Amino acid sequence: MALLQISEPGASPDPHQRRLAVGIDLGTTNSLVAATRSGIIECLPDAEGHTLLPSVVHYGRHGAEAIGYPALARAADDPANTVISAKRFMGRGVADVAKYGALPYRFVDAPGMVSIETAAGVRSPVEVSAEILRALRLRAEETLGGGLFGAVITVPAYFDDAQRQATKDAARLAGIEVLRLLNEPTAAAIAYGLDNASQGTFAIFDLGGGTFDVSVLRLTNGVFEVLATSGDTALGGDDFDQAIAAHWRAVHGLADASGADTRRLLVAARRAKERLTDEASVEEPVLLSMGQQVVLGLTRQEFEAISAPLVQRTLGPARRALRDAGVLPASVDGVVLVGGATRMPHLQRAVAAFFGQEPLRDLDPEEVVAIGAAMQANALSGNRGGDADWLLLDVTPLSLGIETMGGLVEKVIPRNSTIPLARAQEFTTFKDGQTAMAIHVVQGERELVSDCRSLARFELRGIPPMVAGAARIQVTFQVDADGLLSVSARESTTGVTASIGVKPSYGLSDEQVAAMLREGFDHASGDRDARALAEQRVDAEHLLQALRGALQADGNLLAPAEREALEAAMQSLDQARVGKDHRAIKSAIAALNTTSEPFAARRMDRAVSRALTGRRLDEVPLK
Amino acid sequence: MNVDFSRNHFDLLGLPLSYAVELPRLEQAYRALQGSVHPDRFAASPEAERRVAMQWAARANEAYRTLRHPVDRARYLLSLQGFDTGEESNTAMPPEFLMQQMQWREALDTARQAGEAAVLEALRGEIDAQRRSMLALLATALDGQRDYEAGCALVRKLRFLDKIEASIDDALADIEDAGQ
Repeated sequence: MALLQISEPGASPDPHQRRLAVGIDLGTTNSLVAATRSGIIECLPDAEGHTLLPSVVHYGRHGAEAIGYPALARAADDPANTVISAKRFMGRGVADVAKYGALPYRFVDAPGMVSIETAAGVRSPVEVSAEILRALRLRAEETLGGGLFGAVITVPAYFDDAQRQATKDAARLAGIEVLRLLNEPTAAAIAYGLDNASQGTFAIFDLGGGTFDVSVLRLTNGVFEVLATSGDTALGGDDFDQAIAAHWRAVHGLADASGADTRRLLVAARRAKERLTDEASVEEPVLLSMGQQVVLGLTRQEFEAISAPLVQRTLGPARRALRDAGVLPASVDGVVLVGGATRMPHLQRAVAAFFGQEPLRDLDPEEVVAIGAAMQANALSGNRGGDADWLLLDVTPLSLGIETMGGLVEKVIPRNSTIPLARAQEFTTFKDGQTAMAIHVVQGERELVSDCRSLARFELRGIPPMVAGAARIQVTFQVDADGLLSVSARESTTGVTASIGVKPSYGLSDEQVAAMLREGFDHASGDRDARALAEQRVDAEHLLQALRGALQADGNLLAPAEREALEAAMQSLDQARVGKDHRAIKSAIAALNTTSEPFAARRMDRAVSRALTGRRLDEVPLK
Repeated sequence: MNVDFSRNHFDLLGLPLSYAVELPRLEQAYRALQGSVHPDRFAASPEAERRVAMQWAARANEAYRTLRHPVDRARYLLSLQGFDTGEESNTAMPPEFLMQQMQWREALDTARQAGEAAVLEALRGEIDAQRRSMLALLATALDGQRDYEAGCALVRKLRFLDKIEASIDDALADIEDAGQ
């Protein structure tokens, strides 16, 4: 008997089936994938019933030989080939990772981002993360019974451009269409806000395995407006483990521990930390690599004393976020704890004292981010029902600027600006007859370029020779809804305009991704072509269907000749679509997108006019 | 690009062209506008629509940011009336205003070096009182007398005050962080 599909009440009117969209929390320690199953959003378990996937990849001679729990089990006996907490290395250089304490890896200094030498060869953190994302994609596809339409992937709010770009690259490598990069605290806020139909000002305090974020949001009639965010992308539960391990090394004279012992101490430290949430004192037996058995003890009091500086480090960003939001601790309506590390009792006490109120912990602090991401994934893929309407207005966490004379930073976009955004600033030449200008894009709060993170360098050429100070060079920064930056520059005094667009240099180029895919990361070549063809056909059909609908609704916005041109481009795609050449379909899609852009612009203008007149008259709040 | 950006910020947010702005109304109009143009509303739409949505959302953010800030709003309103506040080029100030600035700067530097948060807070309060009275004058100049030259002069002064307030906030933040 054939099973009939019945759509949920309020579900998408799309004649096609509901699109499979998931939320992925790519964590430092653990990762999760959440999706709608039988009408409710939940974290998807693996075959053994675990929802958490340890963010661990074990490499052997033939590549990634284990991911998750089986990989974690190899950490003690083969630490150099077992990559844990790869997220802390995303978009980071050798100097950055040196600050994390003793780690059992052979780091390789690659341009832009550190890599790790493993038994399978040199692996970048992007590739390690891609393995984890791929495992989650497969889990979701098996559980949900179909290919994914796309995923919302969460990142720490305080991730800079390089770290965001690296995360997006990892998803591409894993064969995942990224619907949006979503800030972790914002994802948690969605889950909380929608769960409790909250209104007011909330602080999200998110201490994960390796990163710390604090965001201040205002919730009004379904609009989540991030007022400010702050944090520390190099502070997390891992640092508490390191503090315990360092304490043991000092007390037990284990200073010259080998790589294997470093990992064993860290594993024991994490266990001790977790047990101390409920127990007053613990003992951890550890078998060292030389065969020596030691019993490492720790009381809660000792732990609280040695980790007090780490707890204190969370309060600075909390204060900054409140200050930037213009909110006093007393006027915060609720404080939400997110992340496994917020289970530590002394951390909870510090948060309660700082905000003058007991924090909320009614949703699982480890699952809440993935759940919120899945809610947003549903909304973005058009699955949202009529009554599940909300809007997120997030911010860029760090100021963006360019280098000016004397190695100083001129800020173009201040931190906590609502995204997406575009902002231009004018600069001029320094020397008479100067025909080129070097533009150096940086991110950070400090005044000196050397104290900020360098994102991109490029040169604007073809400036007409003029006296110093006469040229008008407009540099435009654009930050998209994923928080990713692109920069362009043009000279416009003399009617001659030179223009160039750049993306920051940390990410992988399309060629690099293609090369990694060719190296057999994902599929054999034949599979890849078949998959590309299937994907392009779906995209083509989707585009044609959307445009047919748009023409029906708003076709009167086009002059007859314009309509003919658009229909001709649609016809071309319709013909390419039945062919077997995925590249031909792709270029026909691109052509149609370009042809249809003026139409899209006019439709949006009409929508804006309607929104304004409609809402101005009756003042209906956005639901 | 065919996006119609001819509307000014006030039009775009459905507000009357005046310096006085009802903040709740501004906020509500902004949220309503983002509700119809934000890229999240078009995440599953064709690329052309997503591009247009991003431009519109960026435009809405810029309009909101400008109108929400009292000095930015004044500068923008003046530019719509054809007046350039000339903050970079016109630095001529009444001598007593400059004297006052120098005194505040000195007090700020002394308090910052001594780490005296209370002194900085008091200074900020004093400047803020001055700022509020200037904003009241600005409202009268722009909405009442329509004296745009006076409006430009006030914006130039307020820019000084905004800068010194930002420096005080930075100094206070440094003191707080150092106290950790």
